[in-house]
Amino acid sequence: MDLLLIAIVSPLALALAMVLGLPKALTRNLAYVGFAIPAIISIVLWCQYGDAAKVSTYAFLTTYDTGLSKLGINLTLGLNGISMPLFVMAGIVGLAAGLYALQSGAERLHTYVVLLLIMQGGLMGVFASVDVFFFYFFHELALIPTFIMVGIWGGRDRNYAAMKMTIYLTVGAMLSLLGLIAIYYTSGAKTFDMIALREAVLVEGISVGIQQNIFGMLMFGFGVLVSLWPLHTWAPLGYGAAPSSVAMLHAGVLKKFGLYGLIQVALPLLPQGAEHWAVILATLAVVGNVLIVGIITMAQRDLKQLVGYSSVMHMGYAFLGVACLSVVGVGGVVFMMVAHGFSAALLFLLSTSIHHRTQTFDLDEMGGLVKHAPVLSAFFVAATLASIGLPGFANFWGELTIFVAAWKVFPTLTVIAILGVVISAIYGLRAAARVFFGPQTEAFDKVLAEKPATDLTWSEKLPALLLLVALLALGFWPKLMTDSINDSVTAIYPAAEAVVPTDVARN
Amino acid sequence: MPTELLQQAAADNHWAAIAPELLVGCLALLLLILEIVLPKERQEIIPSVAIVGLLGILGGLIFNYHSDYVGQTTFNGLLHHSGTGQFLRLFFLMAATGVSVLGVVALKRQAMPKVEFFAITLVVTGAMMLLGQSNHFVMLFVALETITVGFYVLVSYTRTNPLSLEAGLKYLIMGALSSGILLFGIALLYGAAGSQAMMASTTDPMNFEALRIFLYANPNSPIAAVGIVLVLSGVAFKVGAVPFQIWIPDVYQGAPTPVSAFLAIASKAAGFAILLTLVSVFDAYQSLVVTVLSIMAIATIIFGNMAALTQHNVKRLIGLSGVSHAGYLLIGVIAAIHVPFALGAICFYLFAYMLGSFAVFGVMTHVSGADDADQDLDHYTDLAKTHPFLGAVLGVGLGSLAGIPPLAGFMGKLLIFLGAFEAGLYGLLAVAVVGVVLSIYYYFGWIKAAFFPQWRPPVFEGDDPVPEPPRQTVGMPAGILLATAALASVLLGFYQGPLGVWLGLS
Repeated sequence: MDLLLIAIVSPLALALAMVLGLPKALTRNLAYVGFAIPAIISIVLWCQYGDAAKVSTYAFLTTYDTGLSKLGINLTLGLNGISMPLFVMAGIVGLAAGLYALQSGAERLHTYVVLLLIMQGGLMGVFASVDVFFFYFFHELALIPTFIMVGIWGGRDRNYAAMKMTIYLTVGAMLSLLGLIAIYYTSGAKTFDMIALREAVLVEGISVGIQQNIFGMLMFGFGVLVSLWPLHTWAPLGYGAAPSSVAMLHAGVLKKFGLYGLIQVALPLLPQGAEHWAVILATLAVVGNVLIVGIITMAQRDLKQLVGYSSVMHMGYAFLGVACLSVVGVGGVVFMMVAHGFSAALLFLLSTSIHHRTQTFDLDEMGGLVKHAPVLSAFFVAATLASIGLPGFANFWGELTIFVAAWKVFPTLTVIAILGVVISAIYGLRAAARVFFGPQTEAFDKVLAEKPATDLTWSEKLPALLLLVALLALGFWPKLMTDSINDSVTAIYPAAEAVVPTDVARN
Repeated sequence: MPTELLQQAAADNHWAAIAPELLVGCLALLLLILEIVLPKERQEIIPSVAIVGLLGILGGLIFNYHSDYVGQTTFNGLLHHSGTGQFLRLFFLMAATGVSVLGVVALKRQAMPKVEFFAITLVVTGAMMLLGQSNHFVMLFVALETITVGFYVLVSYTRTNPLSLEAGLKYLIMGALSSGILLFGIALLYGAAGSQAMMASTTDPMNFEALRIFLYANPNSPIAAVGIVLVLSGVAFKVGAVPFQIWIPDVYQGAPTPVSAFLAIASKAAGFAILLTLVSVFDAYQSLVVTVLSIMAIATIIFGNMAALTQHNVKRLIGLSGVSHAGYLLIGVIAAIHVPFALGAICFYLFAYMLGSFAVFGVMTHVSGADDADQDLDHYTDLAKTHPFLGAVLGVGLGSLAGIPPLAGFMGKLLIFLGAFEAGLYGLLAVAVVGVVLSIYYYFGWIKAAFFPQWRPPVFEGDDPVPEPPRQTVGMPAGILLATAALASVLLGFYQGPLGVWLGLS
C-alpha cells in the first residue's frame, strides 16, 4: 500500500465520485473523509519518516509509469526532509480549510467541496512528487480550481480578481515550465526525475551562462507564483476576493510551490546561476516585499486586504533566506514556509469569522468585538503575534534562522528586514486593536442590532485550534521538524557553504 | 493495349488495403438508397444507420490495426500505408462519428433534407482517409478536391440562412483559389522533375518517392523552390495558417455548428497529414521549408490569439482559436524534421484537440438556437447553474483547448514543446508560450461567462429584451459523445498509457 498515492488520489477520487452522481446528501460526510485521509496519512508518514529507508535523501520512493516513460516522465512519489514538513503542513491546513468550508454554508456547497477536494489532491501531489514534471502538474491541478472558486464564490471584485490571478499565475507557471524543460535538456539527463537530475548535474554540470539564464527564468516564473515584488499585485486582490477556504489553501500551501521549487530544484541544480541572481533576489525581496509592501500594508483599511498584503510581505523573508544560498538560510526558509502556512491560513480563517460578526472588512467600522467574542479575539491576537514572529510560535524560528544566515551575506539588507518585523508588529497589533478593542462604532452598533454577534462556534473553533496547536507545537518544540530538514538540506547542498559570497571572499 | 500491363496494374491494386474507405463509401450509398426505399416516417433511422455503420467500421479497423499492408505501397504507388496513416484513418472515422451525432442534434431544429448531410459527411471522411495515405500528387489532389467539394455543400447546408450561404460562397471562392495555387505548385514541380534536361529526371514526377529523389539531385532548382512554396501555401489554406486564414471566422460562423466542428477537427488534421508527408518529400529543400513554415507558425499563433481576444461570437472565437492551434501544430511539424518523437506528439495533440473540440462544439450545438450563426458569449450566462452537465463538459473542453493541466490538451502542448526544445526552436517556443498566455484570456472569458455569476442589465417596463435561444436537453447519443470527450480529456491528461505506447512515447 503506497500511502503517498492514497493521500493524493483519495480526495481526487471522492471528487470524481461526487461529480459522477453520488447522492448529494452524502456530500458532507464524504468530504470529511476526503479531507481527513490526507491529513492522517501525512501525520502517519511524519512519524515513520525518521526510521524509513532513504534513497538519495528520499523516503517512501515509488514509481508508476503513466505512458511517457520514454521521455523520462514517470509518476515518482517520495518525501525528503524538505518536502516532508510541507507535506504535513498541506495535510493539516487542507483539513482545516475543508472543515471551515463545510461549516461556511456556501451556496452550491456540493460544487464548492468538489473543487476544494481537487485542490487538496493537487496540493498533496505537489509535495510528494519526486518527478519535476508531476510537481508542476499537481501545482496546476490545484491552481485551476482556485480561479473558478474565486470567480464563483468570491467577494468584491471577484470577476476582475479571478481574471487577474489567472493571467498572472499562468504567465508565472509557463515561465517556470519553460525553465524546467530547459533543465531537462541542458542537464543531459533527458528525464524529469529529481534524483537522476541531481546525479546528472553532479557528473556533467550545466554551463554557467545557461545556468544563469535558466535560473533567471525560474526565479521570475516562481517569483510571480510566490508574489515577488513587483509581480505581486495579483495576490492581495485575489486573496481579498477569494472565499476563505481558498485563500487559506492558496496563501498557506499552494503559494509555497514556488519557494519549494527554488529550494528543491533550482538551487541544487543551478548553483552558479543562483549565485548570479542572489543579490538581485535579496534586494527585490527586502526592499520590495518587506519594506515597500510592508508600508503599503500599514496603510490598509480592509482587514482581508491587510492579511493578504502581510502574506506578500512575509514572502520577502523567505526569498531573502533563499538568496543566502546556504544550508542555514534554506533550512530557515523551509521552516518558515511551514510556519507561515499555518499562520496565514489561520489569519484568513479568523478574518472571515470576524466578517460574519461585523458584516464588513472595513477596519474603520469595527471595534469592541472583544466583548461579544472573547475567544475569537484571543485566537486573532495569537495569530497576529505568530505572524509577527513572536517567540513561542513557529514563525519565530524560521525568521530567526533566516536573519542569522542573511547577516553573514547581506548585512545591510538584514537590518532592513529586521526593521520589517517592527512594521509587521505595527500593522498587526493595530488591526487587532481596531477590530476587538476600543469603543464600538456606530456602524457596528447597527449591525449588532440586526444580528447579535456570537463567539466562535465549535465548528469554527476546531479548524482554528488545529492550526494554532501546530504553530505552538513547532514554536516550543522546533526539533519536531528541524532534524529532518537539516539532514536533507545538508545532503542536497554539499558544497553550498562554499558558494556563499562572503566565504568566497574570505578565501 | 497490351494486356500484361493492365494485368500488372491490376495485380498492384490491393483493394483489401483500402477496405475501410470502400466501406465508408458504400455506407454513404446505402444511406441514399435507404432514403429512396424507406417510407417517409421511417427515415428517422437513417442517421442512426450512419453512426452505427461508422462505429462498425471503426471497430473493424481497430481490430485489424496491424494489418499486413502497413509499410506497403499499393495502387501503382498512389497510396502508401503507414503507421501514421492508420492513426489518421481512426482519427477521421472518430471525427465523422462525432460530427454525425452532432448533426442529428443540430438538424432537428432545421426544416431541411437530412439524409444528404450524413451521406456527404461519409464521402468526405473517405476522401480524408485516402488523403492521409496518399503517395502521389494525383491521389492527393483528387482526395483534396473531394473533401473541398463536399465541404462546399456542407458549409452552406442551412440554405435558408443567408449567413450560411455567404459562408458557402466564401469557402467556394477561397477553396478554388487555394486549389489553384496548389495545382500551380504541383505543375511546376511536375515540369521540373519531368524535364529531360534536369538531372535525375523521372517519368513519374508526381510520385512522392520519385520527386524526393529528384529534389535531392537538384537542391538548387528555382522552379522547384517556387513549386514547393506554392504547394505549401495551398496546404496552408486547409490548415488555416496565416496569411491564408481569412476565410476562417466567416465560414465557421456561417456553417452549421457540426460542420464547423468537422472543419476545425478533421479538415485541419487532413491538412497536417498532407503537410507531414510533403515535408519529408521536400527534405532536400529543408531550409526553405523550415523558413516558410516558421514564418507561418509565428504569424499564425500571434494572429489567431490576438484576433480571438476580442470576439463575442463564440463560433468566430473558436475558429480563430483553431487558427492558433494550427500554429502550435506547425511548430510540431518543424520539430518533427529532426526529432522523431515529435510525430507522436503531433498525433497526440491532434487527438487531444479533437476531444476538446468535440466537447466544446457539442455544448455549442445544444446552446445555439435555430439561427446557428448567432451564438454569443452572453447566451452562456448561468449555463453551469441551469445545465450542470453541459457546463462541466464545456469547462473541461475549453480547459483542454487552452492547455491547462491536468487535461489532455496540456499534455499535447507539452509534448510539442519538448520536441521543439529538443530541435532547438527557442524563438518559436517563446512565441508559442506568449500565445498560450494570450489564449487563457479568451478561453477563460468563456468559462467566466458560463460559470461565474454575471451582472444582467435590469429589464424596464416597455423594454423588449432579446430572448436567448432555448437550450436543448441532451439526448442519449449526444450525451455519450460529450461525456466521452470530457472524460477522455481528463483521463488522457493523467494517464497516457496505451496511447503513449502506441505513438512511440513510452
